[in-house]
Amino acid sequence: MKIRYFAWLRQRTGCSQEEVDPPPDVTTVAALMEWVGRRHPRFAEACAAKGVVRCAINQEYVERDATVAASDEVAFFPPVTGG
Amino acid sequence: MTVRVQEAPFDPGAEISAFCSGDPGIGGVSTFIGLVRDMHEGARVDAMTLEHYPGMTERKLEEIEAEARRRWPLDRTLVIHRFGRMLPGEPIVLVAAASAHRGAAIDACTFLIDWLKTSAPFWKHEEGPDGGRWVDARESDEQARRRWL
Repeated sequence: MKIRYFAWLRQRTGCSQEEVDPPPDVTTVAALMEWVGRRHPRFAEACAAKGVVRCAINQEYVERDATVAASDEVAFFPPVTGG
Repeated sequence: MTVRVQEAPFDPGAEISAFCSGDPGIGGVSTFIGLVRDMHEGARVDAMTLEHYPGMTERKLEEIEAEARRRWPLDRTLVIHRFGRMLPGEPIVLVAAASAHRGAAIDACTFLIDWLKTSAPFWKHEEGPDGGRWVDARESDEQARRRWL
């Protein structure tokens, strides 16, 4: 699975993308966020401190209950601020 | 029907001039140009860097454009959005919509920028006298989006 981080989540985790192999019980975005938080304690700290984190799977916005699979590209980022 | 995501600056006048020419069926063009401001929430802004999600950005902008064309009878649409570092006064984004009459052009242009601001994956980072900071999303932008639901 590829995970990409943007904006302050990229800064806090210290990486823009990584290949990961989460355990089989990580099947949802919510579970993946917990797992990533253990891997990057600063990801968990940043989520707790700064609040809203959005997620996309294969470049489509999803909610926390969406299913993640090994072949997915998952991205975590703050609410968008373009325009 | 054009979406461009680019680091290079663009000339809004030249883009709009080209957009307006070559189709005598177009009776009205509405445009929005977003610029980097030198102040934000009372703090000076020396420069701004736009980060984005390559691939998803283009995909979302094309979806927004397709939705506008589904809702209004448009002859042309144009979305140009920059990424990278830019200075106050520089254009960030240009949105344009062309139609036979003004109503569709004006509404579609407003829709395009309202939806772009809340669904295209861009993030603004400002540099000022106290260092850098990420710009927070605004509830007013979300409200602007909701009026089109």
